[in-house]
Amino acid sequence: MTEASLITGELQKLIGTTLDTVVFKVEEGAIQRYAQAIGDPNPLYNEPDYASKTKYRRLLAPPGFTGWPVKAQRLSERLLKLLLKAGAPSKLLDGGVEFEFFEPIGAGDILTATTKFDGITERQTRLGKTLFITLETTFVKQQGKLALKSRSTFILF
Amino acid sequence: MAKQVYYEDVEVGTEIPPLPKIATTRMLVQWAGASGDFNPLHYDEDFAKAMGVGAPIVHGALKRAWLGQLITDWIGEEGKLKKLSCQYRGMDYPRKMKTMEEPQEGETWWCKGRVTKKYEQGGEHLVECEIWVENGKGEKTTPGSALVALPTKAKK
Repeated sequence: MTEASLITGELQKLIGTTLDTVVFKVEEGAIQRYAQAIGDPNPLYNEPDYASKTKYRRLLAPPGFTGWPVKAQRLSERLLKLLLKAGAPSKLLDGGVEFEFFEPIGAGDILTATTKFDGITERQTRLGKTLFITLETTFVKQQGKLALKSRSTFILF
Repeated sequence: MAKQVYYEDVEVGTEIPPLPKIATTRMLVQWAGASGDFNPLHYDEDFAKAMGVGAPIVHGALKRAWLGQLITDWIGEEGKLKKLSCQYRGMDYPRKMKTMEEPQEGETWWCKGRVTKKYEQGGEHLVECEIWVENGKGEKTTPGSALVALPTKAKK
């Protein structure tokens, strides 16, 4: 007997669709706090005066930082609710990320982050019934230029 | 700042200068605040136990950010990071604090990498690397890869 799949029709229909769009500003202080939390003393991320004299002309964000709060890099709440409704396990782990960088992101940039539901797979692992959810987010700058694309994997078990 | 690395300086097998890191409970609090990831998995003993990981674990995204530093330190301001990816495979447990500033004795993590491919494409000098975070036992808990464009001496 096969156990019923957690990937319901309602979830299937969402694959490929946009889950969330958020617009936010990348702030100088947020960049500095993020760089300090990594322990990265690079003056491009820490010293506005230094950074303003480089080709970036403003404080640069470390790779992957897209401003605080970083809700755009999380598992969409809307999707999580649907998953739980479908009977998905509720323990959540971050599985990994792929970044593709196109344009530098720095202080003052206004980003529009659009998150698409990329896919979902169900597997039996040592953790039991496990779901792998992938989301793809594009970060577009105020001038309409694509700055960053990220593909994140979340694990529910 | 280290001196600029050029495309001509690297070959397949060239090692990226390793970057040591010490994860501490204090650092995880700082990371939570700076990254906005307030999952109790990273600071609450009981919650982490209930999640089945035993104790609070290091944020995957923090290890990813360390790998970002490994690469950007290496390629310098003239280099360009094009792709970075990693998988959070193994759990890492932070050192606890001895004093407000000083961690207890324990593990040191190393961010490492090596060149796997170099080629020219679309006028760019591209270098692919495998990268990883290694724990104190030498296990690669966070394997990944990076693609960078390096400056060339020929154009100087």
